[in-house]
Amino acid sequence: MANPYLKDDAPGGGVDPATAAEAVCARHGNDPAALLEILHELQHDIGCTPQAALPAIANALNISRAEVHGVVSFYHDFHETPGGRITVKICRAEACQSMGALKLIEAICRRNGIALGETSADKRITIEPVYCLGNCALSPAAMVNGRLHGRLDETRLQAAIDGAAT
Amino acid sequence: MSIKVYVPRDSAALSVGADEVATRIAREAETRGLDIRVVRNGSRGMLWLEPLVEVEHDGKRLAYGPVATGDVASLFEAGFLEGGDHALAHGVTEEIPYFANQERLTFARVGVIDPLDLADYEAHGGLKGLRKALAMKPGEVVEEVVESGLRGRGGAGFPTGIKWRTVAGLPEDQKYICCNADEGDSGTFADRMIMEGDPSCLIEGMVIAGIAAGATEGYIYIRSEYPDAIATMKAAIRGWEEAGLLGDSVDGSGHAFRLFVRTGAGAYICGEESSMLESIEGKRGTVRTKPPIPAIAGLFGKPTVVNNVLSLASVPVILSEGAAFYKDYGMGRSRGTQPFQIAGNVKNGGLVEKAFGISLRELIEGFGGGTASGRPFRTAQLGGPLGAYVSEDMLDLPADYEALAEGGAMLGHGGIVVFDDTVDMAEMARFAFEFCQIESCGKCTPCRVGAVRGKETVEKILAGIDVAANIALVEDLCDTMTDGSLCAMGGLTPMPVRSAIRLFPEDFDRAPSAVAAE
Repeated sequence: MANPYLKDDAPGGGVDPATAAEAVCARHGNDPAALLEILHELQHDIGCTPQAALPAIANALNISRAEVHGVVSFYHDFHETPGGRITVKICRAEACQSMGALKLIEAICRRNGIALGETSADKRITIEPVYCLGNCALSPAAMVNGRLHGRLDETRLQAAIDGAAT
Repeated sequence: MSIKVYVPRDSAALSVGADEVATRIAREAETRGLDIRVVRNGSRGMLWLEPLVEVEHDGKRLAYGPVATGDVASLFEAGFLEGGDHALAHGVTEEIPYFANQERLTFARVGVIDPLDLADYEAHGGLKGLRKALAMKPGEVVEEVVESGLRGRGGAGFPTGIKWRTVAGLPEDQKYICCNADEGDSGTFADRMIMEGDPSCLIEGMVIAGIAAGATEGYIYIRSEYPDAIATMKAAIRGWEEAGLLGDSVDGSGHAFRLFVRTGAGAYICGEESSMLESIEGKRGTVRTKPPIPAIAGLFGKPTVVNNVLSLASVPVILSEGAAFYKDYGMGRSRGTQPFQIAGNVKNGGLVEKAFGISLRELIEGFGGGTASGRPFRTAQLGGPLGAYVSEDMLDLPADYEALAEGGAMLGHGGIVVFDDTVDMAEMARFAFEFCQIESCGKCTPCRVGAVRGKETVEKILAGIDVAANIALVEDLCDTMTDGSLCAMGGLTPMPVRSAIRLFPEDFDRAPSAVAAE
């Protein structure tokens, strides 16, 4: 397992999460109703929403740390540690299943050497499940680093992954 | 004058290479010294033809698709800019039977206009409804919507106008309009297509709702899985603000209305209206107990109209053409049109807007053209992951709220997911419970615990352990979830499970596996 104290592995590549969180909160006028937007932005800025950022958010928004933790842990989008450099969100909802998504997931996970929901040890790639990307007439679908792909098979999805790596 | 070439910017089209096709067309035209203008429109909804490129020729739009980058040079060789014939040519877009046989009211402009061009919007009938509403008394606007018979397109089918009337009748100073764009049901993409293809139509519907109900602020809650829709909505809102159509005085009328976009964070439950309100307030998306209903105490405790994208996007045409015009479509108590979404294992998947009452068979076989795999049809799931599976002999049911409910199914948000004969219905029943386990907000026990126990019990059935007893146990659990859950998540998870057991009992009749038999 990677050493969590190594700078490269720290969230945001060494940026202090609390400082980053305070800046994001300030951009939203420290409005507690903007908490989801704040967490999205923080994750965009430093790659995740780590525990170390939560007290600063709670303080800035004048809510309890438990409330912030409750929100972070409730939503599938927020992660306490950064994912891989390539994030693949692959749909396993019914429409994609009807077009063989489960087999595709199995194949793509095997090919990239990780299980669904995991990040590779070298932080190259994260493959996570998602339940519907709204591309149900062009199933199976997946999102690679925020870009939607449809009519997928193993070859096309791997090409999208390789394309995102370069 | 430059020739207009349309290449969709809808994310379904982008998912199969529309951006690359648009770039290649522009480059090819430049190389050949041809004067073209590439317009990035929404999708026409014939998704199996995406990327669908259209050329404006003699006042008509001609369709070519599905176009890959490798086809672009040959399209130019064939003279497609002058309507030249090509293997991918489909003739006049609006004469393609799939399109010609629809009744497009809500989707009238989707795929036709440049989504962010307000002048184009207005030239195609946009803003007509808003201007009519501004000339009316708010109460008259409410009654027009009541009269149209419009019912909530999110799935519950509650009369939209009645909701508005409730909010309008309350004395509070601050009221809200919340648009539910958390379109999480598998097999649905109509909200996304509106937001990406005609965002102004949704904004117009929300402004009209604001005027009618006396609300000055609106929120659109869009799921994070829709980044393109979020970007397009935000850009469209900026355009409306710059044009003076949003802000302190909408179109100089003195009515104030402001609009904000909020992004979800991957929680299916936030499509439930009270969870969505919690989420907009920056909280965990747990459901609220009702009463009070959101119309009375909604966002930040204030009276709130919560409507689905399709409901709000249907409002402009109701105002511009009149309640009677809209009501003329449909059957029974289901008035107007429904944008159906044909998805999954289907040959011609896409969006079909038709008056209520069309049969499922017409949708799946007529429009959809049967399965994509070419194998026999086995089932379709209607209305998302909480909707029922139907069997082949149920396909003559008309698609309207009441008729489907009588048949033990539901229309939901109008999504139809087709499966061929390779589907294992016991596996789908297991998945229904698993999905509920993953997405339950956890507030009530029947849903939180029921989902887990349900999944475990179906797994026993799959392994052939005490099959009859375990099916009885699942049925009993389904009763508890239906009667005891706080919202539709736990309350309707039994729908797919029970319909699978009832219609496809042979899939549950498992022989004990070798391990179980030991």
